[in-house]
Amino acid sequence: MIEIIEKRDTSRITNEMRIEFAAVSDNEAFARMAVAAFITPLNPTLEELADVKTAISEAVTNAVIHGYENRNSLDDKVTMHCTLIGDVLKVEIADQGVGIEDIRLAMEPLYTSRPELERSGMGFAFMEAFMDNLEVRSEPDRGTLITMHKKIGLSAWIDSEE
Amino acid sequence: MDDFKVIDNYLMIRMPDEIDHHKSVDISSKADRYILSKGVGNVVFDFERTTFMDSSGIGVILGRYKKISCFGGKVYAINTDHRIRRILLLSGLQNIVEIMDKA
Repeated sequence: MIEIIEKRDTSRITNEMRIEFAAVSDNEAFARMAVAAFITPLNPTLEELADVKTAISEAVTNAVIHGYENRNSLDDKVTMHCTLIGDVLKVEIADQGVGIEDIRLAMEPLYTSRPELERSGMGFAFMEAFMDNLEVRSEPDRGTLITMHKKIGLSAWIDSEE
Repeated sequence: MDDFKVIDNYLMIRMPDEIDHHKSVDISSKADRYILSKGVGNVVFDFERTTFMDSSGIGVILGRYKKISCFGGKVYAINTDHRIRRILLLSGLQNIVEIMDKA
């Protein structure tokens, strides 16, 4: 469904932003707050805001601790590209880190490649649960690109129904 | 540290406003120091003031559970709002953690 919306409405990109930040753990909070601020004009529900923030937090955390192997180096960068297509938010989060060898295994709930870091292995499961769709592209030693969509603004719809 | 308190055999942890990977590293290491030095058997996570949590919070809870459960200790999550509860349930933590709602 999302693909159809996007194909039909690419001419209707209503807003766009791109941020590049260092792959350090302090920026996990920065990234989710930036996206939360970006979608505020769509009048999201508290639920939608929480969903988006959690998904962004998971994706950026993955880039920091897995993509860049928890180095917390200012030389490693994460880019976040957000687009609004009508009331659909599209987020792309990319790193140039080590990549994922077996994407299907990585996406399995409770699987973690770094058990010593006390990761729960729920990152991808949360992204999938809280967004409308999730796509993971990765190449070993080249990096990972996460693409997620979510329709925002259920509250506007509820208002009009009332 | 004010957010960590030992009452009888329970370590009470007042969780921060936002729990992500950045914050969770600190919480885990502090909690483990208390568990070891005071020899507490049970851990209570208090989510009273928590407004955001991602899967890192699950890692904190699971990690402490693994440390104390082999000695018969229990883990509690108290003052959970529906968003925290949703995250806990999605991860299947209701099977090992006693979850208590916000009144």
